[in-house]
Amino acid sequence: MHLAYPAVLSALLFCTGLYGVLARRNAILVLMSVELMLNAVNLNLVAFDVWLSKTAQDTLHSGQALTLFTIAIAAAEIGIGLAIVLAVYRNRGTSDIDKLRDTAETDDGDDSDDGHDAHESAASTTAEKAEATA
Amino acid sequence: MSLAAVAASPATTTAAETNGFLSPTGVEIAFLLVGLVTLGAAVVTVTTKQLVHAALWLVVTLGGLAVEYLLLTAEFIAWVQVLIYVGSVVVLLLFGLMLTKAPIGRSPDADSGNRWAALTVAIAAATALVWVVVDAFRTTWIDLDGAAAGSTAVTGASLFQNWVLPFEALSVLLLAALVGAIVLSRKAAANRPTGSTALGKQPAGTDPATSDEQPSRQGKEGAR
Amino acid sequence: MTTTTLAVLVPLLPFLGAAAGLFLGRTAPGFVRPLAVLPSVLSLALAVLVAVRQGGDQAVDAATELTPTGSVPIELALHIDGFAALVAVLVGVVASCVQIYSTGYLRDDPRYPSYAALVSLFTSAMLLVVYSGDLMVLLVGWEIMGICSYFLVGHYWETPEARAASLKAFLVTKLGDVPFLIGLFALAADAGSFRIRTVLGTVASGGLDHPTLIALLLLAGVAGKSAQFPLHTWLPDAMAGPTPVSALIHAATMVAAGVYFIARLLPVFAASSAALLVLAVMAAVTMAGSALAALAQDDIKRVLAYSTIGQLGYMTGALAVGDRGAAVFHLLSHGAFKALLFLAAGVIIHAAGTNSLATMSRMKDLRARVPDAYWTMTVALLALAAIPPFSGFFSKEAVLGAAEHAATGHAEDIPGAAGWIVLVAGLVTALLTAAYAMRLWLLAFRGHGAEAPDHGRQPLAMNAVLWVLAVPSLAFGLTTGLLPDWFDGHDLTPTLATSVLGTGVALVGGIVTYGAWRHTTALAARVPLGAVAAHPEGDAGLVEAEAIASHAPAYGDVASAPDPADPGRLLLGPLHRHAAVGFHLDAVYAALFVRPVQAGATLVRFLDREVVDAYVRGAGALPRLLGAAVRRAQTGNVQTYVSALLAGTVVLAVAALLVATGA
Repeated sequence: MHLAYPAVLSALLFCTGLYGVLARRNAILVLMSVELMLNAVNLNLVAFDVWLSKTAQDTLHSGQALTLFTIAIAAAEIGIGLAIVLAVYRNRGTSDIDKLRDTAETDDGDDSDDGHDAHESAASTTAEKAEATA
Repeated sequence: MSLAAVAASPATTTAAETNGFLSPTGVEIAFLLVGLVTLGAAVVTVTTKQLVHAALWLVVTLGGLAVEYLLLTAEFIAWVQVLIYVGSVVVLLLFGLMLTKAPIGRSPDADSGNRWAALTVAIAAATALVWVVVDAFRTTWIDLDGAAAGSTAVTGASLFQNWVLPFEALSVLLLAALVGAIVLSRKAAANRPTGSTALGKQPAGTDPATSDEQPSRQGKEGAR
Repeated sequence: MTTTTLAVLVPLLPFLGAAAGLFLGRTAPGFVRPLAVLPSVLSLALAVLVAVRQGGDQAVDAATELTPTGSVPIELALHIDGFAALVAVLVGVVASCVQIYSTGYLRDDPRYPSYAALVSLFTSAMLLVVYSGDLMVLLVGWEIMGICSYFLVGHYWETPEARAASLKAFLVTKLGDVPFLIGLFALAADAGSFRIRTVLGTVASGGLDHPTLIALLLLAGVAGKSAQFPLHTWLPDAMAGPTPVSALIHAATMVAAGVYFIARLLPVFAASSAALLVLAVMAAVTMAGSALAALAQDDIKRVLAYSTIGQLGYMTGALAVGDRGAAVFHLLSHGAFKALLFLAAGVIIHAAGTNSLATMSRMKDLRARVPDAYWTMTVALLALAAIPPFSGFFSKEAVLGAAEHAATGHAEDIPGAAGWIVLVAGLVTALLTAAYAMRLWLLAFRGHGAEAPDHGRQPLAMNAVLWVLAVPSLAFGLTTGLLPDWFDGHDLTPTLATSVLGTGVALVGGIVTYGAWRHTTALAARVPLGAVAAHPEGDAGLVEAEAIASHAPAYGDVASAPDPADPGRLLLGPLHRHAAVGFHLDAVYAALFVRPVQAGATLVRFLDREVVDAYVRGAGALPRLLGAAVRRAQTGNVQTYVSALLAGTVVLAVAALLVATGA
């Protein structure tokens, strides 16, 4: 089999996931898109591992091992990410990413957000953390 | 271009000469069809307006990927994919959707105002990636004959011979993720006990699935 | 000890006293009085010793160069000739008297420690000026005196008069000091040294390139310091300071510094006959104008202040005719009797509770309340009016004699016109001086009306000082024969012609004033006037401060009072109104300088606020707009950020690829 088939599929899947991450509003859908991206990488890893092990250049099966690790980490990530999304949802009543805008520059002059919404900014950092974890 | 020469080793170029893209083998045709289904499901996943449908289309995508793994003779990975992704992760995502009271049915605002920028970036990235990948590996040939590259025996031997230390480190990471998920949902325990328990247990259930407790995971899967 | 060491100690002791007084003033108030009085007395003793050792012989000259200062060296130099030795003694006497007097005068003043320290510092600076043989060192003392004068005039800074007067004194003297400094530099540039000896040597050999320019520049500084026309206006206002300060600074010493400076550098001025002529005209205008103004003042201290200006005019007149012996002789005798006049005036103000002559003229038996002040002031006024045999007679006759000498063409290099100007102005001023001295005496001590209030006896310190100063006022004339040995050798004994003329006009002035007073005194009872200090039991300084502060509200002006019983009003006629305000010189200055400067300041303020700030605001607006535009990028939407990040990554990756493949 040509290596180009899985490689191109992987690239297209990755970009689909990328689009989802950037365009989806709901945080859980963003997490799904992240899963797509991870799977694209997995496919890549497996395909190259098969190719290299068949040509006997690599006998460690590092691609498959790493795929397993990625799957495990993705599972952990989805757990933590969902917990964070839920925490945000409880605090804010929404899980829409584009509504969590506490870091935005407001138009009313200088830096006037004088600590009255300390817990809000904490929550927004939580949202960012969710994004970072994704 | 020169990238092809750089990436392709001499051993594979000879093999590629005998196998052109215009005369695909059966495996290739199967891979192509399943890949089209997978990609289509993925596109629907990221574009559908119904949130719950997105999760279900994700199941199709992940399942298609499992088939692709099988076609690549990585059978252990394929089953793990089915078990963990299709089995638990999607269920988890569905739980999350429901706990955040995601609307059932069409929601017109599923995409943010960022979608055109996102589309541009995604298409640009896809173009660049596909171009590079095709350019680099268009002559590379995977010989799928012979013993399976990813059978359980091979993978297990590799994992417990060469990858023991990362494997153990990963178990520590999973433990940390378990603790973190519990801590994150603890506050909710006072407000909403049912949600917190559901959340707290689900990650705990996922982490052993990767390595040790396949039977229980399978049991759960069967129950569902 | 050598004479040099002693001479160094003379200015050093009051300086140390001042420093110690400033440091110990808060922590050890018990030491303040000894620290104020003892250094002055000690330095007086040393000054006397230096004078005796010097004895009018060859000048003591010593110099040490602290550090190389380039092409024009500045040295710590002493130059003690007869003039320096005797003026130092005068400074020591007056400073000691003033310090002793102040212990009584400012008995309860909370700011006495700083006051005493400043007086000591001032004394030190004056002694430095007197002894210095280097023009730069002299300038240091000169400026220290200026700043001390500023602080001491403003001693009662609670009153607006004192604040305004201190600022005025400082600014006007500084106005003179700027050309003075330039003149000093020009002089040093011509002579190649700041040493007075070298400068005089250069002058003697005719090495001065621009004598007239230098002399006129220096003259501006002297006019400011010695309160000569047209820079004299600060001195009458400076009477807002405490009386001892007036006695020390504004009568006996600081204002004499300018005269002393010219006396020191007389050859420089004599090298330019134009400068001498300017000096003569300046002296004449100062003398006559100030005497007229003195006749119209109501504040007893302002009378004395204008009298000081007039007497300094005599000294500059003597210098204009080239006789520095006469000038310094008058400086010495005037220093003694004018200090006495001021100190006695302080006693009178304390006793009467007012500084207004109009009010004093409505008090009976004021002289019985202050017998010491009465007698000593009489002596000093006779000396001021130049009645023989008091000291003022001899010194003034020396000036008039020198003027006559020059007028008749006996003096070399001196323009005869200068002699005539000084002689005529001197005689007119002698008449007027006697008149205002008589008026002062009559109004202060010959009042009719209610009994003067009785505040008990004045402090012994104040009275004793009066008698000490009365001695030279009485008897300084006896030294007329000895002084030429100390000075240049010119004969200082009065000539017959000027003596008869001078004494004659003085007597005429006195008698006419007496007649006018007899005529007007009947009016006094009809027009009751009077404002007396609110706290007659306070110490003298407090009484005086309140008297100065209440003069303007009570009489409508700080200088004059609407008193028809004033003989000066009768004598001056329509001139009185103008004389009372110093011939409107302040108004002229206000119109010529103050208003243009204020208008300029307003203009600058307008330009700064409306024009310059417009550019500043404009410069701020553009970055503000840019910032607002850039800020809009910070939407807070994480997805936007990630989009931009990934787009950048793609661009970078493509660029790197293209570079790597050489496309």
